[in-house]
Amino acid sequence: MNCDEFVELVTAFLDDALDPRTEARFVEHLALCEGCERYLDQFRTTIDQLGRLPPETLSAETRTAVLDAFRDWHSA
Amino acid sequence: MTVILPPACRGYIRLVTKLPPDDELVAALGRGDDAAFAAVLDAWSASMLRLARSFVSTHASAEEVVQETWLAVLNGLRAFEGRSAFKTWVYRILVNTAKKRGLAERRSVPWASLLPPDEDHGPTVDPARFQGAEGAYPGHWRAAPAPWTSPEDTALNLEIRRVITTVLDELPARQRAVLSLRDVGDHTAEEVCALLRISAANQRVLLHRARAAVRERLAEYLGTGAKT
Repeated sequence: MNCDEFVELVTAFLDDALDPRTEARFVEHLALCEGCERYLDQFRTTIDQLGRLPPETLSAETRTAVLDAFRDWHSA
Repeated sequence: MTVILPPACRGYIRLVTKLPPDDELVAALGRGDDAAFAAVLDAWSASMLRLARSFVSTHASAEEVVQETWLAVLNGLRAFEGRSAFKTWVYRILVNTAKKRGLAERRSVPWASLLPPDEDHGPTVDPARFQGAEGAYPGHWRAAPAPWTSPEDTALNLEIRRVITTVLDELPARQRAVLSLRDVGDHTAEEVCALLRISAANQRVLLHRARAAVRERLAEYLGTGAKT
């Protein structure tokens, strides 16, 4: 496997979605190529950082408006 | 019941409300159970806002989409037949509402319309980074990606957030939607396919392209030495 193929398969690898033959070639390349090992690490870091974004929240006004709508809906 | 996920799991402590199974939940809402409704609203709002934001241009607009979605959910609740998961049903309404709004804002391309030819195709890493046919190892890195400064350095965190948020705003809507659900939220690949009505292969392509775009931008920021 070449590096330019490896970099396109990272997400499939992480999702365990590669066919066994391709996965074997992927892992074999990973074992030999420092650049791709680093690329994979940085991909993992990227995913990790995405998961650290703080949750967005509804404003108190919107939340109250929706809760009020629920009460109105039920009493209607 | 409130469960606290270990910080290692998501990077910070997030309160996760465990909701009852669909039939109980929908029955509770049908009875007008305020607490049950508030629990769903609070459990799903963050991820709904983020998903809506893939299609509309501002946070305020995303809030309106979420609000409008809940009103539509209430209108349709008695007709909900349980053929899909309740959450999937709600999120489908959200996606449709957000797309309509996005179109009205003339910012978003129609979901299923022809995409710019290179948006979902082509290499995710600049081909110039790899050796050509003339190189000793064609298809291999010319120079390995530069190592990154550890993002664990807390001084970097705010800046990393800013970088990521900027990239998110630049991603095509479909890529952003998938990335928001999979990586920023914690939906599974199967859920994302159901919510967005896309194939597993398509979901993976969109996710990979979006991640590669974010990695590229983080590399500009965190990379040491040579640009990667």
